Amino acid sequence: MRILLVEDDKDVAGFVVRGLREAGHVVEHADNGRDGLFMAASETFDAVILDRMLPGGIDGLKILETLRSQKNAVPVLILSAMAEVDDRVKGLKAGSDDYLTKPFAFAELLARVEALNRRGKGEGPVTKLVVEDLELDLLSRQVKRGGQKIDLQPREFRLLEYLMRYAGQVVTRTMLLEGVWDYHFDPQTNVIDVHVSRLRQKVDKPFPTGLIHTVRNAGYMLRAEQP
Amino acid sequence: MIDRGLLRSAGFRFGAVYALLLAFSAAALALFLWWATAGLLDRQTEAAISADAQGLSERWTDGGLPGLVVTIEDRLAQNVDDDAIYLLTDPGMKRIAGNLASWPPAVSAAGPWYELPILRAGMKSLANVQRYDLPGGFHLLIGRDVQVRSQLRKMLTNALLWAVGGVLLLATIGALVIRNLFRRTLANISATSVAIAGGDFAQRVRLSGRGDEFDQIAEVINDMLDRIGRLMDGVRQVSNAIAHDLRTPITRARTRLEDAALHAESADDLRAAIERATQDLDGIVGVFQALLRIAEIEAGSRRSSFAQFDLAPLLAEVADLYGAVAEERGIVLRLEAPDAVPAYGDKAMIQQAIANLVDNAVKFSPDGGTVRLTASVSAMVFVAVEDQGPGIPLSERERATDRFYRGETARSTPGSGLGLSLVQAVAQLHGGNLRLEDNRPGLRAILSLPLAEAADSRAAAARLVV
Repeated sequence: MRILLVEDDKDVAGFVVRGLREAGHVVEHADNGRDGLFMAASETFDAVILDRMLPGGIDGLKILETLRSQKNAVPVLILSAMAEVDDRVKGLKAGSDDYLTKPFAFAELLARVEALNRRGKGEGPVTKLVVEDLELDLLSRQVKRGGQKIDLQPREFRLLEYLMRYAGQVVTRTMLLEGVWDYHFDPQTNVIDVHVSRLRQKVDKPFPTGLIHTVRNAGYMLRAEQP
Repeated sequence: MIDRGLLRSAGFRFGAVYALLLAFSAAALALFLWWATAGLLDRQTEAAISADAQGLSERWTDGGLPGLVVTIEDRLAQNVDDDAIYLLTDPGMKRIAGNLASWPPAVSAAGPWYELPILRAGMKSLANVQRYDLPGGFHLLIGRDVQVRSQLRKMLTNALLWAVGGVLLLATIGALVIRNLFRRTLANISATSVAIAGGDFAQRVRLSGRGDEFDQIAEVINDMLDRIGRLMDGVRQVSNAIAHDLRTPITRARTRLEDAALHAESADDLRAAIERATQDLDGIVGVFQALLRIAEIEAGSRRSSFAQFDLAPLLAEVADLYGAVAEERGIVLRLEAPDAVPAYGDKAMIQQAIANLVDNAVKFSPDGGTVRLTASVSAMVFVAVEDQGPGIPLSERERATDRFYRGETARSTPGSGLGLSLVQAVAQLHGGNLRLEDNRPGLRAILSLPLAEAADSRAAAARLVV
C-alpha cells in the first residue's frame, strides 16, 4: 500500500513510518498541514493517516474537508489525541473513514490502515464470502465448511462475516467491538476473546485445520493455513 | 467625560429617573395649583365685570342716561370692597359719572380686557377694565381694582417658584439616596464575587430574608456557586485520585523498565519486560480515558445528542455481549424486559452504563450463579442488574460510586474503581439516579432513566430565573 502520513510529532512519525515500512508499505511523510494537503491532493495514495492538530495553519480536519470537497475519496484515518465523543463524531462527519485516538498500539493502527484499504476498494455488493473450504452466504445466511452446514447464532454469524471480510488481515478486538457490536468503549473484561473462542468451537474445532488465528498482542486473523 | 461615566452607572440612572419623575409630578401639581388659585381670581374678576355690564346695559335700556348715572352712583356707594371702577363719558370723552377722573387713553376698543395702572382718589393702583360703547356715542368703562389680587398672585407665584427649587433639591437628594441604596444592595453580591474571585469559595451572597427580587437573584447565584463548588470538588477528587491511584501502576511500569535495563540477561528478557510495561501503560491510559469520559459526561456537553430511542434492543445486545463470558463460568445471564422500552437520552452513554453494571455483576457473581438484567417502565425506566456475589455492605454503599473507590471485597478482582462512577454520572446527566440495594445475597443496582424530554433538569432551572 502507498500511504501518506501527516503527523508533526517526530517520534510518533518516525515510529509509524518505520513500522509501516517493515510491514511492506510505501510511506510518504509530511510534518505540517500545508505540505500534507498538497501531497494528498496532488498524488495518489491508498490511505492517508491524518493527525488533527498540525502546525502551518491547516489542521487535519481542514485537509480532510478540502479533499472531500474535491471529490477525493482516498480512505482517511484520523489519528488524534482529541478523544472526546464529540471530537470523534466531528472527525467522522468531516469524512474520515476511521478514528484512532492517541496513545495507540502500533498493531491497532496497522490493522486499521490495512482494513481501510479493503473498505476503500468497494467491490460492489458481495453475496458470498469464501476462505478455503469455509463458505458464508450473506443472502441465505448459511455457513458451510467442507460442504458441512454449521449452525451459528446471529451474532456469531456477524462476527464470522466481519472476520471473513477482512480475511488475511489482522482484526483487533476494538475493531470487532466497533464493527460487530457498535461499542465505542473498552469493556475491560475479555468479552471478545470468549466470543471468538466460541466461534472457533463451531468453525474450527470439528475440522482438521484452524482458520481463525490469534495474533499475539494484536487480535485475530482469519486465513487459510499457510503451506 | 464625567457624564458618560455617570450614565453608565445603573445607580445613577435609577436616581435620575426618580428625580425626573418627582420634578415632573411636582411641576404638574404646581401648574394645577396656579390655575386653581390665581387663574380663578382672574376669572372671577372678569365674570363680575361682565355681570356689571349686563346690569348697567339693562338700566340704560330702561331709564336712559339719567337712570344709568344714578345706578352707577348707587353701585359706587354700595361697593363695600371699594374695588369697583366705573366711568361714563359723552361722545367727546368727557366724564359724566364714575370714580375715574379721565378716560385712560390705552383703552381704545370695546371687547378686549385691559390691565393698566390707574390713579384713583389720589392713589396709584392696578385695574382690570373693559370698554363698552353705548348708543348715542356714550362710552362706559367698567373695571375692578386688582391691586390686592395682583399682590396675592405675585406671592403665590413666588411661593411656587420656591417650591420648584425645593423639589429640585429633594429630587437630587432622593436620587443620591436611591443610588446609594442600589449600590449597597449590589455591594453584597459584588463583595461575594470579589471574595470568590480572590479564592474564598466558601462565601455566599447574604439573603436579606425579604424574599424580594434581590433575594431571588442571590439565591440563583448561590445555587450556581454550589454547582460550581461541586464540580470543583469533582476536579479536586480526580486530581487527588490521579496523584494517588495512578502512582501505583506508573511506579510498577517504571520499575519494570528500570529493572530490565539493569538486570535483563537476554534480549528475550528485555522484550518480555518491555511488553509487560507497555501493558501497564495501556492500563493507565485506560484509566485516563475512563476519567475523561466521566468528566465529559459530567460537563453535560453531550446533552445536545439526546434523543428518544428504544432501550430493548440495546439491553439484548449487552446481554448477548456478556452472555458468552457468563456462560463460560457457568453463570446464567437472564434478560427480562418488555418488547419495547422507551427511553430518552444519549444512547451510547446509556449503553456503556448498562454494560458497566452487567460487567460488574458478571465479574462478582460466583461461578454457577445467576445474573438478572431486568427493565420495567412506570414513571421512569428502571434497569436493574442483580447478582449473587458478595454485594456491597451498607457502610460502603454511599462511597461505592466515588471515583477509584474499591470496596474491601473488590480489592482482589481486577478493575479501576471507575465503573460505578461512570454509571452514576450518566444517571445524573439524564436526571435519573443509581440506587444500590441488597439482593440477599449480592447486589442489586437500579438505574432509573427518564421516559421523555420533560425530565430535562435544565428546563426546570431556566424557569426559576424568568
